[in-house]
Amino acid sequence: MGMTMSQKILAAHAGLDSVEAGQLIECKLDLVLGNDITTPVAIGVFEEAGLTQVFDKNKIAIVLDHYTPCKDMKAAQLCAIARNFAKKYQIKNFFDVGDVGVEHALIPEKGLAVPGDCIIGADSHTCTYGALGAFSTGIGSTDMAAGMATGSAWFKVPQAIKVVLTGKKQKYVSGKDIILHLIGMIDVDGALYQSLEFTGEGVSNLSMDDRFTISNMAIECGAKNGIFPVDEKTIAYLKGRTERTYTRFEADEDAIYSQTIEIDLNALKPTVAMPHLPSNTKTVDEVAGKPIHQVVIGSCTNGRIQDMREAAEIMKGRKVAAHVRCIVIPATQEGYLQAIKEGLIEIFINAGCAVSTPTCGPCLGGHMGVLADDEWAISTTNRNFVGRMGPTSSMIILASPAVAAASAIKGCLASPHDLD
Amino acid sequence: MAKVYKYGDNVDTDVIIPARYLNAPEKSELAKHCMEDIDLVFAKTVEIGDFIVAGDNFGCGSSREHAPIAIQACGVKCVIAKSFARIFYRNAINIGFPIMECPEAAEDIAVGDVISVDFSTGIITNETKEKSYQSAPFPAFVDGIIEAGGLINSLKKRGLAK
Repeated sequence: MGMTMSQKILAAHAGLDSVEAGQLIECKLDLVLGNDITTPVAIGVFEEAGLTQVFDKNKIAIVLDHYTPCKDMKAAQLCAIARNFAKKYQIKNFFDVGDVGVEHALIPEKGLAVPGDCIIGADSHTCTYGALGAFSTGIGSTDMAAGMATGSAWFKVPQAIKVVLTGKKQKYVSGKDIILHLIGMIDVDGALYQSLEFTGEGVSNLSMDDRFTISNMAIECGAKNGIFPVDEKTIAYLKGRTERTYTRFEADEDAIYSQTIEIDLNALKPTVAMPHLPSNTKTVDEVAGKPIHQVVIGSCTNGRIQDMREAAEIMKGRKVAAHVRCIVIPATQEGYLQAIKEGLIEIFINAGCAVSTPTCGPCLGGHMGVLADDEWAISTTNRNFVGRMGPTSSMIILASPAVAAASAIKGCLASPHDLD
Repeated sequence: MAKVYKYGDNVDTDVIIPARYLNAPEKSELAKHCMEDIDLVFAKTVEIGDFIVAGDNFGCGSSREHAPIAIQACGVKCVIAKSFARIFYRNAINIGFPIMECPEAAEDIAVGDVISVDFSTGIITNETKEKSYQSAPFPAFVDGIIEAGGLINSLKKRGLAK
Protein backbone atom coordinates (compact mmCIF):
# COMPACT_ATOMS: atom_id res chain seq x y z
CA MET A 1 0.00 0.00 0.00
CA GLY A 2 1.37 3.41 -0.93
CA MET A 3 2.51 5.92 1.65
CA THR A 4 2.19 9.69 1.85
CA MET A 5 5.33 11.83 2.00
CA SER A 6 4.92 12.30 5.77
CA GLN A 7 4.40 8.58 6.31
CA LYS A 8 7.58 7.77 4.38
CA ILE A 9 9.66 10.13 6.51
CA LEU A 10 8.16 8.71 9.70
CA ALA A 11 8.75 5.11 8.55
CA ALA A 12 12.39 5.88 7.77
CA HIS A 13 12.89 7.39 11.23
CA ALA A 14 11.16 4.43 12.91
CA GLY A 15 13.40 1.95 11.07
CA LEU A 16 10.38 0.45 9.31
CA ASP A 17 9.84 -0.38 5.64
CA SER A 18 6.29 0.84 5.77
CA VAL A 19 3.74 2.34 8.14
CA GLU A 20 0.03 2.96 7.89
CA ALA A 21 -2.30 5.59 9.27
CA GLY A 22 -3.21 5.01 12.91
CA GLN A 23 -0.11 2.96 13.73
CA LEU A 24 1.82 4.04 16.86
CA ILE A 25 5.55 4.28 16.28
CA GLU A 26 8.68 5.67 17.88
CA CYS A 27 10.87 7.84 15.68
CA LYS A 28 14.47 9.00 15.91
CA LEU A 29 14.66 12.78 15.92
CA ASP A 30 16.96 15.06 13.94
CA LEU A 31 16.16 18.15 16.00
CA VAL A 32 14.45 18.95 19.30
CA LEU A 33 13.46 22.59 19.69
CA GLY A 34 12.18 24.86 22.44
CA ASN A 35 11.73 28.55 23.25
CA ASP A 36 11.91 30.74 26.36
CA ILE A 37 8.34 29.86 27.43
CA THR A 38 8.36 26.10 26.85
CA THR A 39 12.02 25.20 27.51
CA PRO A 40 12.07 26.19 31.21
CA VAL A 41 9.04 23.92 31.78
CA ALA A 42 10.85 21.12 29.89
CA ILE A 43 13.97 21.69 31.99
CA GLY A 44 11.81 21.41 35.11
CA VAL A 45 10.48 18.04 33.89
CA PHE A 46 14.00 16.92 32.89
CA GLU A 47 15.54 17.79 36.25
CA GLU A 48 12.65 16.61 38.38
CA ALA A 49 12.96 13.22 36.70
CA GLY A 50 16.64 13.15 37.63
CA LEU A 51 17.78 13.00 34.00
CA THR A 52 21.43 13.88 33.54
CA GLN A 53 22.22 13.41 29.85
CA VAL A 54 21.03 14.87 26.57
CA PHE A 55 20.99 12.55 23.56
CA ASP A 56 23.02 14.87 21.31
CA LYS A 57 24.06 18.43 22.15
CA ASN A 58 24.18 19.23 18.42
CA LYS A 59 20.57 18.21 17.78
CA ILE A 60 18.86 20.42 20.33
CA ALA A 61 17.97 24.05 19.64
CA ILE A 62 16.93 26.54 22.31
CA VAL A 63 15.70 29.87 20.98
CA LEU A 64 14.92 32.71 23.41
CA ASP A 65 12.47 34.60 21.22
CA HIS A 66 9.07 35.06 22.86
CA TYR A 67 9.53 37.58 25.69
CA THR A 68 12.97 38.79 24.64
CA PRO A 69 14.70 41.18 25.03
CA CYS A 70 13.20 40.34 28.41
CA LYS A 71 10.00 42.21 29.06
CA ASP A 72 10.03 41.85 32.85
CA MET A 73 11.80 40.19 35.78
CA LYS A 74 9.81 36.96 35.56
CA ALA A 75 10.64 36.56 31.87
CA ALA A 76 14.29 37.27 32.65
CA GLN A 77 14.29 34.45 35.21
CA LEU A 78 12.90 32.03 32.61
CA CYS A 79 15.63 32.99 30.16
CA ALA A 80 18.24 32.52 32.89
CA ILE A 81 17.00 28.96 33.49
CA ALA A 82 17.27 28.16 29.76
CA ARG A 83 20.67 29.88 29.49
CA ASN A 84 22.11 27.89 32.40
CA PHE A 85 20.83 24.60 31.00
CA ALA A 86 22.28 25.38 27.56
CA LYS A 87 25.64 26.10 29.16
CA LYS A 88 25.58 23.04 31.40
CA TYR A 89 24.79 20.65 28.54
CA GLN A 90 26.82 22.58 25.92
CA ILE A 91 23.81 22.97 23.65
CA LYS A 92 25.32 24.03 20.36
CA ASN A 93 22.31 25.73 18.85
CA PHE A 94 21.46 28.12 21.64
CA PHE A 95 20.25 31.52 20.44
CA ASP A 96 20.13 34.48 22.80
CA VAL A 97 19.59 38.23 22.39
CA GLY A 98 21.91 39.55 19.70
CA ASP A 99 21.77 36.54 17.43
CA VAL A 100 18.28 35.30 18.19
CA GLY A 101 15.46 35.46 15.69
CA VAL A 102 11.87 34.24 15.78
CA GLU A 103 12.49 30.48 15.96
CA HIS A 104 10.65 29.30 12.86
CA ALA A 105 12.30 31.90 10.67
CA LEU A 106 15.68 31.32 12.32
CA ILE A 107 15.94 27.50 12.23
CA PRO A 108 15.64 27.19 8.41
CA GLU A 109 17.89 30.21 7.89
CA LYS A 110 20.61 28.56 10.01
CA GLY A 111 20.34 25.35 7.99
CA LEU A 112 19.10 23.38 11.01
CA ALA A 113 16.14 21.83 9.17
CA VAL A 114 16.64 19.93 5.92
CA PRO A 115 14.46 17.76 3.68
CA GLY A 116 13.58 14.37 5.14
CA ASP A 117 14.24 15.41 8.75
CA CYS A 118 11.99 14.39 11.62
CA ILE A 119 11.71 17.36 13.99
CA ILE A 120 9.75 18.15 17.13
CA GLY A 121 9.48 21.55 18.72
CA ALA A 122 7.82 22.78 21.88
CA ASP A 123 6.01 25.43 19.91
CA SER A 124 2.93 24.76 17.84
CA HIS A 125 4.31 26.49 14.73
CA THR A 126 7.16 23.99 14.44
CA CYS A 127 5.18 22.68 11.44
CA THR A 128 6.87 25.51 9.47
CA TYR A 129 9.78 23.29 8.33
CA GLY A 130 7.41 21.20 6.25
CA ALA A 131 8.12 23.88 3.65
CA LEU A 132 11.56 22.27 3.29
CA GLY A 133 10.17 18.76 2.88
CA ALA A 134 10.77 17.77 6.52
CA PHE A 135 8.30 16.09 8.88
CA SER A 136 8.05 18.67 11.61
CA THR A 137 5.47 19.07 14.34
CA GLY A 138 4.67 20.93 17.53
CA ILE A 139 4.66 19.15 20.87
CA GLY A 140 4.68 20.21 24.54
CA SER A 141 7.36 20.60 27.18
CA THR A 142 7.26 17.00 28.46
CA ASP A 143 7.79 15.70 24.93
CA MET A 144 10.66 18.17 24.60
CA ALA A 145 12.22 16.89 27.84
CA ALA A 146 11.83 13.28 26.70
CA GLY A 147 13.16 14.17 23.24
CA MET A 148 16.22 15.87 24.72
CA ALA A 149 16.92 12.80 26.86
CA THR A 150 16.22 10.01 24.37
CA GLY A 151 16.38 11.54 20.88
CA SER A 152 13.07 9.95 20.05
CA ALA A 153 9.33 10.61 20.21
CA TRP A 154 6.12 8.63 19.84
CA PHE A 155 3.75 9.38 16.99
CA LYS A 156 0.45 8.14 15.74
CA VAL A 157 1.00 7.86 11.99
CA PRO A 158 -1.29 10.49 10.42
CA GLN A 159 -3.46 10.15 7.37
CA ALA A 160 -3.24 13.09 5.01
CA ILE A 161 -5.26 15.63 3.10
CA LYS A 162 -3.84 16.23 -0.37
CA VAL A 163 -3.92 19.90 -1.32
CA VAL A 164 -3.42 20.35 -5.05
CA LEU A 165 -2.32 23.85 -6.03
CA THR A 166 -2.79 24.90 -9.64
CA GLY A 167 -2.05 28.08 -11.58
CA LYS A 168 -0.26 31.20 -10.51
CA LYS A 169 -1.30 33.77 -7.95
CA GLN A 170 -2.21 37.34 -8.85
CA LYS A 171 -0.42 40.47 -7.67
CA TYR A 172 -0.80 41.14 -3.91
CA VAL A 173 -1.71 37.51 -3.24
CA SER A 174 0.82 35.67 -1.07
CA GLY A 175 1.28 32.45 0.87
CA LYS A 176 -0.76 34.02 3.69
CA ASP A 177 -3.81 34.45 1.47
CA ILE A 178 -3.51 30.83 0.29
CA ILE A 179 -3.36 29.33 3.77
CA LEU A 180 -6.11 31.59 5.14
CA HIS A 181 -8.27 30.56 2.19
CA LEU A 182 -7.62 26.88 2.95
CA ILE A 183 -8.36 27.25 6.68
CA GLY A 184 -11.58 29.07 5.78
CA MET A 185 -12.55 26.13 3.56
CA ILE A 186 -11.90 23.32 6.06
CA ASP A 187 -12.30 25.08 9.45
CA VAL A 188 -9.96 25.21 12.45
CA ASP A 189 -10.18 21.46 13.01
CA GLY A 190 -10.55 20.41 9.38
CA ALA A 191 -7.18 18.65 9.34
CA LEU A 192 -7.18 17.47 12.97
CA TYR A 193 -4.63 14.67 13.57
CA GLN A 194 -3.78 14.72 9.82
CA SER A 195 -1.00 15.89 7.53
CA LEU A 196 -1.55 18.52 4.89
CA GLU A 197 0.45 17.51 1.82
CA PHE A 198 0.78 20.28 -0.75
CA THR A 199 1.33 19.29 -4.35
CA GLY A 200 0.47 20.29 -7.92
CA GLU A 201 2.10 22.46 -10.56
CA GLY A 202 1.17 25.60 -8.63
CA VAL A 203 3.81 24.76 -6.00
CA SER A 204 6.61 25.73 -8.37
CA ASN A 205 5.13 29.23 -8.56
CA LEU A 206 5.47 29.74 -4.81
CA SER A 207 8.61 31.21 -3.27
CA MET A 208 10.17 29.53 -0.24
CA ASP A 209 8.87 32.37 1.94
CA ASP A 210 5.33 31.71 0.65
CA ARG A 211 5.76 28.04 1.49
CA PHE A 212 7.08 28.78 5.01
CA THR A 213 3.98 30.89 5.67
CA ILE A 214 1.67 28.14 4.41
CA SER A 215 3.34 25.33 6.39
CA ASN A 216 3.53 27.59 9.45
CA MET A 217 -0.25 27.90 9.68
CA ALA A 218 -1.03 24.21 9.06
CA ILE A 219 -1.63 23.97 12.83
CA GLU A 220 -4.42 26.56 12.54
CA CYS A 221 -6.63 23.95 10.88
CA GLY A 222 -5.52 21.33 13.41
CA ALA A 223 -2.93 19.64 11.17
CA LYS A 224 -0.04 17.66 12.60
CA ASN A 225 2.23 18.90 9.84
CA GLY A 226 2.05 20.66 6.48
CA ILE A 227 4.58 19.47 3.95
CA PHE A 228 5.81 20.51 0.49
CA PRO A 229 7.70 18.49 -2.10
CA VAL A 230 11.39 19.28 -2.53
CA ASP A 231 12.16 21.14 -5.78
CA GLU A 232 14.76 23.47 -7.29
CA LYS A 233 13.66 26.34 -5.05
CA THR A 234 14.14 24.21 -1.93
CA ILE A 235 17.60 23.20 -3.08
CA ALA A 236 18.54 26.79 -3.90
CA TYR A 237 17.38 27.88 -0.42
CA LEU A 238 19.50 25.22 1.28
CA LYS A 239 22.64 26.12 -0.67
CA GLY A 240 25.18 27.77 1.59
CA ARG A 241 23.06 27.14 4.70
CA THR A 242 23.92 23.53 5.43
CA GLU A 243 26.55 20.93 4.71
CA ARG A 244 24.28 18.08 5.74
CA THR A 245 23.27 15.46 3.23
CA TYR A 246 19.53 14.98 3.02
CA THR A 247 16.93 12.69 1.54
CA ARG A 248 14.18 13.81 -0.83
CA PHE A 249 11.05 11.89 -0.01
CA GLU A 250 8.09 11.79 -2.38
CA ALA A 251 4.61 10.47 -1.80
CA ASP A 252 3.90 7.15 -3.53
CA GLU A 253 1.66 7.41 -6.59
CA ASP A 254 -0.83 5.11 -4.90
CA ALA A 255 -0.73 6.88 -1.53
CA ILE A 256 -4.10 7.06 0.17
CA TYR A 257 -5.52 10.42 1.22
CA SER A 258 -8.59 11.13 3.35
CA GLN A 259 -9.57 13.83 0.87
CA THR A 260 -8.20 15.93 -1.97
CA ILE A 261 -8.68 19.69 -2.08
CA GLU A 262 -7.92 21.73 -5.18
CA ILE A 263 -7.02 25.39 -5.00
CA ASP A 264 -6.73 27.46 -8.17
CA LEU A 265 -4.17 30.13 -7.27
CA ASN A 266 -5.38 32.35 -10.15
CA ALA A 267 -8.76 32.71 -8.48
CA LEU A 268 -7.54 33.83 -5.04
CA LYS A 269 -7.95 37.39 -3.81
CA PRO A 270 -6.33 39.10 -0.80
CA THR A 271 -7.92 37.32 2.16
CA VAL A 272 -8.18 38.06 5.88
CA ALA A 273 -9.44 36.23 8.98
CA MET A 274 -11.82 38.29 11.10
CA PRO A 275 -12.09 37.85 14.91
CA HIS A 276 -11.91 35.41 16.66
CA LEU A 277 -10.85 32.38 14.59
CA PRO A 278 -8.35 31.92 11.74
CA SER A 279 -11.16 30.16 9.84
CA ASN A 280 -13.39 33.24 9.86
CA THR A 281 -12.10 34.27 6.48
CA LYS A 282 -13.34 36.95 4.09
CA THR A 283 -11.84 38.50 1.00
CA VAL A 284 -10.64 42.01 1.75
CA ASP A 285 -13.27 43.40 -0.67
CA GLU A 286 -16.01 42.01 1.56
CA VAL A 287 -14.87 43.71 4.77
CA ALA A 288 -12.76 46.73 3.68
CA GLY A 289 -13.22 49.97 5.62
CA LYS A 290 -13.13 48.64 9.18
CA PRO A 291 -11.25 51.30 11.20
CA ILE A 292 -8.13 50.06 13.02
CA HIS A 293 -5.80 51.22 15.79
CA GLN A 294 -2.69 49.10 15.27
CA VAL A 295 -0.87 47.15 12.58
CA VAL A 296 1.78 44.49 13.25
CA ILE A 297 4.02 43.21 10.45
CA GLY A 298 6.30 40.37 11.54
CA SER A 299 6.24 36.97 13.36
CA CYS A 300 7.17 33.39 12.46
CA THR A 301 4.36 33.55 9.91
CA ASN A 302 5.27 36.75 8.06
CA GLY A 303 8.52 38.29 9.30
CA ARG A 304 10.79 37.12 6.48
CA ILE A 305 12.55 39.25 3.86
CA GLN A 306 9.86 38.76 1.21
CA ASP A 307 7.29 39.98 3.74
CA MET A 308 9.40 43.07 4.46
CA ARG A 309 9.76 43.75 0.74
CA GLU A 310 6.03 43.41 0.09
CA ALA A 311 5.15 45.76 2.95
CA ALA A 312 7.84 48.28 2.00
CA GLU A 313 6.74 48.36 -1.64
CA ILE A 314 3.36 49.61 -0.47
CA MET A 315 4.67 51.99 2.19
CA LYS A 316 7.31 53.63 0.00
CA GLY A 317 6.74 57.40 -0.10
CA ARG A 318 3.56 57.10 1.96
CA LYS A 319 2.64 57.77 5.60
CA VAL A 320 0.93 55.60 8.19
CA ALA A 321 -2.50 57.11 8.97
CA ALA A 322 -2.43 59.59 11.86
CA HIS A 323 -4.37 57.51 14.37
CA VAL A 324 -2.68 54.17 13.56
CA ARG A 325 0.39 52.63 15.23
CA CYS A 326 2.36 50.43 12.87
CA ILE A 327 4.97 48.05 14.30
CA VAL A 328 7.38 46.25 11.96
CA ILE A 329 9.47 43.37 13.32
CA PRO A 330 11.86 41.54 11.00
CA ALA A 331 11.95 37.96 12.26
CA THR A 332 15.72 37.43 12.21
CA GLN A 333 18.92 39.43 12.37
CA GLU A 334 19.85 38.27 8.85
CA GLY A 335 16.51 39.48 7.52
CA TYR A 336 16.76 42.73 9.49
CA LEU A 337 20.21 43.44 8.08
CA GLN A 338 19.09 42.60 4.56
CA ALA A 339 16.12 44.95 4.99
CA ILE A 340 18.52 47.71 6.07
CA LYS A 341 20.76 47.09 3.04
CA GLU A 342 17.79 47.25 0.68
CA GLY A 343 16.55 50.49 2.25
CA LEU A 344 13.34 48.88 3.51
CA ILE A 345 13.84 49.96 7.12
CA GLU A 346 14.30 53.56 5.96
CA ILE A 347 11.01 53.29 4.09
CA PHE A 348 9.25 52.00 7.21
CA ILE A 349 10.68 54.68 9.49
CA ASN A 350 9.93 57.46 7.01
CA ALA A 351 6.37 56.14 6.82
CA GLY A 352 6.06 56.46 10.60
CA CYS A 353 6.47 52.81 11.65
CA ALA A 354 8.17 51.58 14.81
CA VAL A 355 10.82 48.98 13.87
CA SER A 356 11.96 46.44 16.45
CA THR A 357 14.67 43.87 16.96
CA PRO A 358 13.40 40.30 16.35
CA THR A 359 10.86 39.06 18.91
CA CYS A 360 7.55 37.17 18.98
CA GLY A 361 6.35 39.95 21.33
CA PRO A 362 3.00 41.27 20.13
CA CYS A 363 1.77 38.07 18.44
CA LEU A 364 0.93 36.50 21.80
CA GLY A 365 0.22 39.72 23.68
CA GLY A 366 3.62 39.46 25.34
CA HIS A 367 5.13 42.88 24.78
CA MET A 368 6.05 45.36 22.00
CA GLY A 369 2.47 46.18 21.05
CA VAL A 370 -0.18 44.94 23.49
CA LEU A 371 -3.67 46.24 22.69
CA ALA A 372 -6.07 48.25 24.90
CA ASP A 373 -9.78 47.59 25.47
CA ASP A 374 -11.91 47.57 22.30
CA GLU A 375 -8.96 48.21 19.99
CA TRP A 376 -8.74 46.63 16.54
CA ALA A 377 -5.48 45.39 15.07
CA ILE A 378 -4.51 44.06 11.68
CA SER A 379 -1.68 41.62 12.14
CA THR A 380 0.40 39.38 9.90
CA THR A 381 0.59 36.85 12.75
CA ASN A 382 -1.25 33.53 12.99
CA ARG A 383 -3.94 33.64 15.69
CA ASN A 384 -6.84 35.98 16.36
CA PHE A 385 -8.25 34.19 19.40
CA VAL A 386 -10.03 36.09 22.18
CA GLY A 387 -7.44 37.96 24.26
CA ARG A 388 -4.49 36.86 22.15
CA MET A 389 -2.90 40.33 21.84
CA GLY A 390 -4.56 42.13 24.73
CA PRO A 391 -7.86 42.37 26.64
CA THR A 392 -10.74 40.09 25.69
CA SER A 393 -12.49 43.08 24.09
CA SER A 394 -9.62 43.70 21.66
CA MET A 395 -10.00 42.42 18.10
CA ILE A 396 -7.47 40.97 15.65
CA ILE A 397 -7.73 40.65 11.88
CA LEU A 398 -5.13 38.31 10.36
CA ALA A 399 -3.74 39.44 7.02
CA SER A 400 -0.80 39.34 4.63
CA PRO A 401 2.01 41.92 4.84
CA ALA A 402 0.66 43.69 1.73
CA VAL A 403 -2.85 44.02 3.20
CA ALA A 404 -1.44 45.03 6.60
CA ALA A 405 0.74 47.72 5.01
CA ALA A 406 -2.09 49.08 2.85
CA SER A 407 -4.36 49.15 5.90
CA ALA A 408 -1.76 51.04 7.94
CA ILE A 409 -1.66 53.72 5.23
CA LYS A 410 -5.43 53.95 4.81
CA GLY A 411 -6.20 53.75 8.54
CA CYS A 412 -8.72 50.99 7.97
CA LEU A 413 -8.81 47.48 6.54
CA ALA A 414 -7.84 48.03 2.92
CA SER A 415 -6.69 46.19 -0.16
CA PRO A 416 -3.31 47.06 -1.70
CA HIS A 417 -5.27 47.59 -4.93
CA ASP A 418 -6.95 50.60 -3.26
CA LEU A 419 -3.59 52.38 -3.35
CA ASP A 420 -2.73 51.56 -6.99
CA MET B 1 -20.75 17.45 44.94
CA ALA B 2 -18.61 17.60 41.84
CA LYS B 3 -19.62 20.34 39.44
CA VAL B 4 -19.65 20.48 35.65
CA TYR B 5 -18.26 23.48 33.77
CA LYS B 6 -19.48 23.43 30.20
CA TYR B 7 -17.90 25.18 27.20
CA GLY B 8 -18.37 25.18 23.42
CA ASP B 9 -16.13 24.31 20.47
CA ASN B 10 -12.54 25.44 19.90
CA VAL B 11 -11.61 26.34 23.48
CA ASP B 12 -8.06 27.48 22.72
CA THR B 13 -5.00 27.40 24.93
CA ASP B 14 -4.86 31.21 24.91
CA VAL B 15 -8.11 31.32 26.89
CA ILE B 16 -7.25 28.28 29.02
CA ILE B 17 -4.17 30.16 30.20
CA PRO B 18 -3.45 33.55 28.60
CA ALA B 19 0.15 34.20 27.51
CA ARG B 20 0.44 37.12 29.91
CA TYR B 21 0.71 34.57 32.73
CA LEU B 22 3.26 32.25 31.09
CA ASN B 23 6.19 34.19 32.55
CA ALA B 24 5.33 32.57 35.92
CA PRO B 25 4.92 28.85 35.22
CA GLU B 26 4.41 27.75 38.84
CA LYS B 27 1.36 25.48 38.97
CA SER B 28 -0.43 27.48 41.67
CA GLU B 29 -0.01 30.72 39.69
CA LEU B 30 -1.33 29.14 36.48
CA ALA B 31 -4.33 27.72 38.37
CA LYS B 32 -5.33 31.20 39.58
CA HIS B 33 -5.87 32.38 35.98
CA CYS B 34 -7.19 29.22 34.36
CA MET B 35 -10.01 29.87 31.82
CA GLU B 36 -9.97 33.56 32.78
CA ASP B 37 -10.55 34.92 29.28
CA ILE B 38 -13.76 32.96 28.70
CA ASP B 39 -14.98 32.41 32.25
CA LEU B 40 -14.13 34.76 35.10
CA VAL B 41 -15.96 32.54 37.59
CA PHE B 42 -14.13 29.25 36.89
CA ALA B 43 -10.86 29.76 38.80
CA LYS B 44 -12.72 31.28 41.75
CA THR B 45 -15.24 28.47 42.15
CA VAL B 46 -13.61 25.29 40.81
CA GLU B 47 -13.02 22.54 43.40
CA ILE B 48 -11.15 19.27 43.46
CA GLY B 49 -13.03 16.59 41.50
CA ASP B 50 -14.97 18.98 39.21
CA PHE B 51 -15.31 18.33 35.46
CA ILE B 52 -14.87 20.35 32.29
CA VAL B 53 -17.18 19.30 29.45
CA ALA B 54 -16.60 20.88 26.05
CA GLY B 55 -17.24 20.64 22.32
CA ASP B 56 -14.91 19.95 19.42
CA ASN B 57 -11.20 20.77 19.16
CA PHE B 58 -10.62 21.45 22.88
CA GLY B 59 -7.17 22.93 23.51
CA CYS B 60 -6.46 24.17 20.01
CA GLY B 61 -3.71 26.70 19.35
CA SER B 62 -0.44 27.04 21.19
CA SER B 63 1.61 24.03 22.33
CA ARG B 64 1.87 25.45 25.84
CA GLU B 65 1.79 22.56 28.30
CA HIS B 66 0.84 25.23 30.82
CA ALA B 67 -2.76 24.70 29.62
CA PRO B 68 -3.32 21.12 30.86
CA ILE B 69 -1.04 21.89 33.83
CA ALA B 70 -3.31 24.81 34.81
CA ILE B 71 -6.47 22.71 34.54
CA GLN B 72 -4.86 19.86 36.48
CA ALA B 73 -3.61 22.27 39.15
CA CYS B 74 -7.18 23.52 39.64
CA GLY B 75 -8.13 20.03 40.75
CA VAL B 76 -10.26 19.20 37.72
CA LYS B 77 -10.75 15.44 37.59
CA CYS B 78 -10.94 15.18 33.83
CA VAL B 79 -11.91 17.00 30.64
CA ILE B 80 -14.63 15.38 28.55
CA ALA B 81 -14.84 16.75 24.99
CA LYS B 82 -16.23 15.88 21.59
CA SER B 83 -12.64 16.03 20.31
CA PHE B 84 -9.25 17.39 21.36
CA ALA B 85 -6.63 19.35 19.45
CA ARG B 86 -3.68 17.04 18.99
CA ILE B 87 -0.98 18.86 20.97
CA PHE B 88 -3.29 19.30 23.97
CA TYR B 89 -4.19 15.60 23.70
CA ARG B 90 -0.49 14.63 23.76
CA ASN B 91 0.36 17.04 26.54
CA ALA B 92 -2.46 15.81 28.78
CA ILE B 93 -1.38 12.19 28.32
CA ASN B 94 2.28 13.09 28.82
CA ILE B 95 1.65 14.80 32.16
CA GLY B 96 -0.76 12.07 33.29
CA PHE B 97 -3.89 14.26 33.21
CA PRO B 98 -7.06 12.34 32.25
CA ILE B 99 -9.05 13.33 29.17
CA MET B 100 -12.01 11.52 27.65
CA GLU B 101 -13.17 11.86 24.05
CA CYS B 102 -16.90 11.25 23.88
CA PRO B 103 -19.17 13.31 21.56
CA GLU B 104 -22.37 11.88 23.02
CA ALA B 105 -21.46 12.70 26.63
CA ALA B 106 -20.13 16.12 25.67
CA GLU B 107 -23.42 16.91 23.94
CA ASP B 108 -25.68 15.48 26.62
CA ILE B 109 -24.13 16.50 29.93
CA ALA B 110 -25.49 19.79 31.25
CA VAL B 111 -24.33 22.16 33.96
CA GLY B 112 -25.79 20.88 37.22
CA ASP B 113 -25.72 17.22 36.19
CA VAL B 114 -24.05 14.85 38.62
CA ILE B 115 -21.55 12.70 36.74
CA SER B 116 -18.89 10.15 37.51
CA VAL B 117 -16.17 8.52 35.40
CA ASP B 118 -14.43 5.17 35.39
CA PHE B 119 -11.02 5.51 33.75
CA SER B 120 -10.45 1.75 33.61
CA THR B 121 -13.53 1.15 31.44
CA GLY B 122 -13.84 4.60 29.86
CA ILE B 123 -17.46 4.77 30.98
CA ILE B 124 -18.96 8.13 31.90
CA THR B 125 -22.11 7.96 34.05
CA ASN B 126 -24.66 10.76 34.20
CA GLU B 127 -26.52 10.11 37.44
CA THR B 128 -28.94 13.01 36.91
CA LYS B 129 -30.07 11.80 33.50
CA GLU B 130 -29.58 8.13 34.41
CA LYS B 131 -27.47 7.52 31.32
CA SER B 132 -24.01 6.25 30.60
CA TYR B 133 -21.65 6.88 27.72
CA GLN B 134 -18.61 4.99 26.40
CA SER B 135 -15.58 7.20 25.66
CA ALA B 136 -13.09 6.38 22.89
CA PRO B 137 -10.50 3.88 24.20
CA PHE B 138 -6.81 4.79 24.28
CA PRO B 139 -4.38 2.65 22.27
CA ALA B 140 -2.41 0.22 24.48
CA PHE B 141 0.79 2.23 24.03
CA VAL B 142 -0.92 5.36 25.33
CA ASP B 143 -2.54 3.40 28.15
CA GLY B 144 0.99 2.41 29.18
CA ILE B 145 1.99 6.06 29.47
CA ILE B 146 -1.11 6.90 31.49
CA GLU B 147 -0.63 3.92 33.80
CA ALA B 148 3.00 4.86 34.43
CA GLY B 149 1.83 8.35 35.44
CA GLY B 150 3.09 10.20 32.38
CA LEU B 151 5.66 10.01 29.62
CA ILE B 152 8.83 10.49 31.65
CA ASN B 153 7.88 7.79 34.16
CA SER B 154 7.03 5.41 31.34
CA LEU B 155 10.41 6.05 29.67
CA LYS B 156 12.23 5.46 32.96
CA LYS B 157 10.24 2.30 33.51
CA ARG B 158 11.40 1.12 30.08
CA GLY B 159 14.99 2.10 30.86
CA LEU B 160 15.08 4.62 28.01
CA ALA B 161 15.96 7.75 29.96
CA LYS B 162 18.84 8.31 32.36
